[in-house]
Amino acid sequence: MSAHADTPAIPISFKRRAHDAVHDAQLRKNFRGAMDFLMAKRAAQFPDGDELERLRAFGNRVRARALSKLPDLLQRLEANLTRNGVKVHWAETVDEANAIVHQIVAAHEAKQVIKGKSMVSEEMEMNHYLEGHGVDCLESDMGEFIVQLGNEKPSHIIMPAIHLNAGQVASLFHDKLEVDYTEDVDRLIQIGRETLRRKFFEADIGVSGVNFAIAETGSLLLVENEGNGRMSTTVPPVHIAVTGIEKVVENLRDVVPLLSLLTRSATGQPITTYVNVISGPRKADELDGPQEVHLVLLDNGRSQAFADSELRQTLNCIRCGACMNHCPVYTRIGGHAYGTVYPGPIGKIVTPHMLGLEATRDLPSASSLCGACGEVCPVKIPIPAILRRLREENVRPPAAEPHHMRGQGSKYSRRERYAWKAWRTLNTSPRLYRLFGLAATRLSGLIPADIGPWTEHRSAPKPATRTLHELARDHLGED
Amino acid sequence: MNARDRILGKLKQSLAGTTPIADDYDDALLTAPWSYPAEHRVTRLCNLLQAVHGETVLTTAAEWPARVSEALASRGIDELLISPATAHGQQFAGYLALNGLVTRLKAYDRPVEQWKDELFFSTPASLTGTLGGIAATGSLVVWPTPAEPRLMSLVPPLHIALLKASEVVDNLYQIMQTQRWAERLPTNALLISGPSKTADIQQTLAYGAHGPKELIVMVLQDA
Amino acid sequence: MSSPHSSVATPQATRLAPPLAGARNYPAQKPAEVYLFGTCVLDLFFPEAGMDAIRLLEREGIRVHFPQGQSCCGQPAYTSGYTDEAREVARAQLALFSHDWPVVVPSGSCAGMFRHHYAELFHDEPATLRQVEALAARTYELAEFLLEVCRIQLDDRGSPIKVALHTSCSARREMGTHVHGRSLLSQLGQVERVDHDHESECCGFGGTFCVRMPDISGAMVRDKTAALAGAGADAVVSADCGCLLNINGAFEKQQQSLRGEHLASFLLRRTGGKSDGVQS
Repeated sequence: MSAHADTPAIPISFKRRAHDAVHDAQLRKNFRGAMDFLMAKRAAQFPDGDELERLRAFGNRVRARALSKLPDLLQRLEANLTRNGVKVHWAETVDEANAIVHQIVAAHEAKQVIKGKSMVSEEMEMNHYLEGHGVDCLESDMGEFIVQLGNEKPSHIIMPAIHLNAGQVASLFHDKLEVDYTEDVDRLIQIGRETLRRKFFEADIGVSGVNFAIAETGSLLLVENEGNGRMSTTVPPVHIAVTGIEKVVENLRDVVPLLSLLTRSATGQPITTYVNVISGPRKADELDGPQEVHLVLLDNGRSQAFADSELRQTLNCIRCGACMNHCPVYTRIGGHAYGTVYPGPIGKIVTPHMLGLEATRDLPSASSLCGACGEVCPVKIPIPAILRRLREENVRPPAAEPHHMRGQGSKYSRRERYAWKAWRTLNTSPRLYRLFGLAATRLSGLIPADIGPWTEHRSAPKPATRTLHELARDHLGED
Repeated sequence: MNARDRILGKLKQSLAGTTPIADDYDDALLTAPWSYPAEHRVTRLCNLLQAVHGETVLTTAAEWPARVSEALASRGIDELLISPATAHGQQFAGYLALNGLVTRLKAYDRPVEQWKDELFFSTPASLTGTLGGIAATGSLVVWPTPAEPRLMSLVPPLHIALLKASEVVDNLYQIMQTQRWAERLPTNALLISGPSKTADIQQTLAYGAHGPKELIVMVLQDA
Repeated sequence: MSSPHSSVATPQATRLAPPLAGARNYPAQKPAEVYLFGTCVLDLFFPEAGMDAIRLLEREGIRVHFPQGQSCCGQPAYTSGYTDEAREVARAQLALFSHDWPVVVPSGSCAGMFRHHYAELFHDEPATLRQVEALAARTYELAEFLLEVCRIQLDDRGSPIKVALHTSCSARREMGTHVHGRSLLSQLGQVERVDHDHESECCGFGGTFCVRMPDISGAMVRDKTAALAGAGADAVVSADCGCLLNINGAFEKQQQSLRGEHLASFLLRRTGGKSDGVQS
């Protein structure tokens, strides 16, 4: 069984990182506080439970409709963007996407790239790639700027620096930007503003993500609060947007329910400060805006999720982060422990398509299937059901057909499979089952006080002296 | 085959034999909960803007230049980026002349490359028009034009916007439909709902992240 | 795995979320006979709670049948990804309930397995699926059954007490069991239900999750027990045996005196009923 003979390092380190994270009191406190804050903000935006449920159903329908005609919509999007003067590129892998970006950068002899927030660019590790080619790539979202300054990765898809408190940011700014130490958040933000304003001014190229790509009008819609997204897409002479192939919606009006769901679910805002709809580069009579706009459409495993109708629902995601805000596991371990670009529940179901199940094999198991994520998902992705499905793909024999996922059977173990077969035999044979019950209750003294992981945090369970089967038979007779 | 064809090929194969989901758009769900009596619309919009540190001034089509002047004076600002090609630009210039005021008016009358430094580092305030307001979310609809380019509402630390009370509508869906956005989107269309802000440091709200630190909305009640 | 609720035209058709569920319709009359599905954890670790459930039902004038062939609902294998094994265990349970009497389950997550997940297991076996759908329609979590079908009237005979209620996640989200539990407790005049911090948050059990991810699960149950202990409650009540096993194990390890008790036992005791006295 080669699939688990050459175990990659990532899943093993997930457990180690999770272990370290739950024992990091400061981290636990930062996340608990932040998640409580975000949950309360979201709840305040949805006072009417009926409106919420109807809007979620609507959001689900809009996304499902888009996916049900995805190839057509992508072609319409491409045609309309092209008509509007935007250049559209396609990439199957992150390497291809980076090469496309690099080509554009090289064509303009660009030295400085300023980035608005983009999780797809994180997926590409674009900063790292461009720096390897001698191009400065600076994050401009305050949270992203902070994590880049600290040589870290985002720990949350909406609030990248959520793992840090003001004191930690103050130390970082003091060390890296050589400013006086201050924990005054207004002052810290002004330091960031002044530093970055110069960079917007100088940058040769701006990079952004996309929240919704609108096929009907050939438009890219971005939401943000800071204004860095508008800066990045307006000031530099070239704008490159990078996004996943699933982000397209059919019509302009389709963004109305999605926008409402996105901002209310993500940060508990009725709307973000800016909704920025870009439908082309600067026209001849216009005085600002980029001269060139590019869109890079990235697959990176999405078409694998798309191929199976259950897993396809993963692609409904509008990246609001509500699932992580409400996840008891994410709250305990934070975003970095996952070791993936997308943490939390959505990360567990989307990353296996990007990296394969070998590299992510522990992620589907890292859930109690409590259902909090599915309950809040604004587009009704059945995240717990998909996690369960990924567990199934994880334990299927590696060569079994049909083959749905790269890395199928990464947790396949003949021993575990035999154990479950034995469990099945026990539970499908009433005689055996009752004998087992008798043995367990009569021999409960033989259960050791230390039974592995369970007893790290709990006493060993003690079977009763008689089973319910016995008590019920005494009371009710044989049935 | 190139990446495009391979991606589209895979997607098409995955959908083989399936029928697209019908578009049964539920516009009532996007309008009914977000509809207001006409007399409440402006109040709601102002309340929501104020909740995110936007300033709102109820004024009239005749008096707004005086209010703008006061706002600038109270902040010690003596120059304003404003388009002379618009009716409101001319009205404000006329007001200054009539009252012998010395506020310096700047026009965004050349490509940004030719005056980027000045725009970024010595333009403290701007004034633009709007295409309307949205009561549901407290938003301004701003479509930049050659006269009022994109960066006018973004780079100066103070942005003053003129909003006609009669152009405040209930919700986004309504204005999108009545103004027929899908047929005529400009290169850049914006909703602006307050001054720039961030909560990226320990969920503490701070204003003036990258865009304007202040947004003043002049609501022209008789226009 | 096709969702039982969406009408999937072809297996490859893009899926819509199931339609919003309306309120469940309850029978106008309380039935004369019911089945009790005891669940495997309860069978071994909390049998007295099963007997207390039987006594509560009998006190309502209902004859209870306990099919001796029952074992487990199949959930442990199902959530571990061993779908075939889960299906065969589920199939064995399906054979037990030949009369059309309601099936009452004194553990929320197992009731949810019958109500919601069996249809997924048998989605491509049309005959079995019909049987499964009929079973789902007559399966009730115990608290729900007492409240909505028996329309039980509880007469509190105990002294004043403060109680914290923990509801299992699947029972809460699949069946609204927390509402039923609160409603039953509210009938008890001397019982004050106290909220605990992050009440809707998972206790960290999650079936095999607690042994696969011991650090995370351990952190969750520590937080849950701290919240329950900090709520100022004299007693902790739950209608899910998996959670109780987890929470009580943690309380014991922490050498706290507080223990969770099954809702059935608590209700029976408060209303003057006598338990078998069999202790776990």
